[in-house]
Amino acid sequence: MMLIPCPHCGPRAHAEFTFDRPVEAITRPDETPDALVRNLFSRENPRGPSRELWRHTYGCRSWITLTRDTATHAITDVRPVGVGA
Amino acid sequence: MKYSALSLLRAGLGGHKDWPRAWRDPEPKPHYDVIIIGGGGHGLTTAFYLAAVHGVKKVAVLERGWIGGGNTGRNTTIVRSNYRLPELHALMELSLKRWEGMSDEINYNVMFSQRGALFLGHSDSDMLQLAQKGDAMRADGIDAELMTRDQVAKLIPLLDVSRTARYPVQGGLIQRRGGTARHDAVAWGYARAADRLGVDIIQNCEVTGMDITGGRITGVQTTRGPIGADRVGIAVAGNSGRVAAMAGLRLPIESHLLQAFVSEPVKPMIDTVIMTQSLHCYISQSDKGEIVLGGDPDAYPTYSQRGAPHIIEKAAAEALALVPALSRLRMLRSWAGTTDMSFDGSPFIDATPVEGLYFNGGWCYGGFKATPGSGWLFSHLLARGENHPVAAPFRLDRFETGRTMDEPGVGPMPQNR
Repeated sequence: MMLIPCPHCGPRAHAEFTFDRPVEAITRPDETPDALVRNLFSRENPRGPSRELWRHTYGCRSWITLTRDTATHAITDVRPVGVGA
Repeated sequence: MKYSALSLLRAGLGGHKDWPRAWRDPEPKPHYDVIIIGGGGHGLTTAFYLAAVHGVKKVAVLERGWIGGGNTGRNTTIVRSNYRLPELHALMELSLKRWEGMSDEINYNVMFSQRGALFLGHSDSDMLQLAQKGDAMRADGIDAELMTRDQVAKLIPLLDVSRTARYPVQGGLIQRRGGTARHDAVAWGYARAADRLGVDIIQNCEVTGMDITGGRITGVQTTRGPIGADRVGIAVAGNSGRVAAMAGLRLPIESHLLQAFVSEPVKPMIDTVIMTQSLHCYISQSDKGEIVLGGDPDAYPTYSQRGAPHIIEKAAAEALALVPALSRLRMLRSWAGTTDMSFDGSPFIDATPVEGLYFNGGWCYGGFKATPGSGWLFSHLLARGENHPVAAPFRLDRFETGRTMDEPGVGPMPQNR
């Protein structure tokens, strides 16, 4: 079980959160079709630090980004997402 | 040596002292016709069929750890072909037919037991889905029977089918040819059978790089030195992204994890594989008597092979509600396998943009049942350079072209499967 430090609520159990996607897979409407396909449907899938988008779904429901080591689950650099963040 | 009742009797009379080792421990040769990266079930069956069916002489399987030490030994051993999409019918039924002849084919008892694989239906919509799936299966020549609640209750007397049950049972869909197998035996049996045909199985040999000249692969770098090859096949599900990255490739795969756990062994109490897809709980009893349980994937990328307890708690709660007699059992162990999650839930068997380099992976959490079919199809691709018709839809570029095969229809995010 990971302990994820939500920037709004403090450290909370990982069961309260849902993973969305690696930050590299966030797409924007002005991207070319090739870039969209690459970002949506292929991954670096690293073993080690990965920058990811998560959501505190069963807590404050805010989106957050964090860096998580996919081998050790060590979490660093948690940041809020959104206007004013 | 060929295993038989006679060889067992002879060795028994001699106190079992003279069993020869099941496969050699060769030094890597400087060059092979085909190198398979990954000594799991899929890599070993591929090597076996390359030698047995396609007559390829010099084949090596390179395994970072030991044979069967990865996902082949980390699944819930369920074998079935009860899918809905025709492409998956063709793939999984080809595989199931090979399971049915496997022990004879490789002269090794894999304890394949066709005890029946039952999907439970808990609601009207569940039953509709199961009826549709069953019809699709029968239309493609695969056995399926829709069962009423009473028929399910008769088949599995310990199941709680009362009207007040936490998860009411309305019926089910059974594939009687489905069942379980001894997973370690599959790895050991194919390793031995491939070795007897001259395949070099090289353990403790991690691939650390790929030699690519002018867009063509010429060999691999390993912890035991460089090894040349005309063709290289990747069959390392769980670590596909890391190995493909050595060739500069990005894959439509995320590595997630799936947990499973077993109880202490008890006398026979469940002789069918019980599955429920609306709850996501899998219950079967191994031949040793342990109750084998599986549940949801952990739903985020990880290579840790260690899952979170709340996932186990959910699967255990569902299992207890379905079969209350399990409540006093003590759990012996739990473990997790790294699953190669593709973006539509279906696998890949395809050539890569690097000439001579081929890829097999993305089996999500359903790779064990496909073991012999995967090897059959991947060996065809490696030997002939073009895909078998059954494997043809499982292309790496299918997201670009829109030809995806999304069995449950949940969209592209791997954590939602």
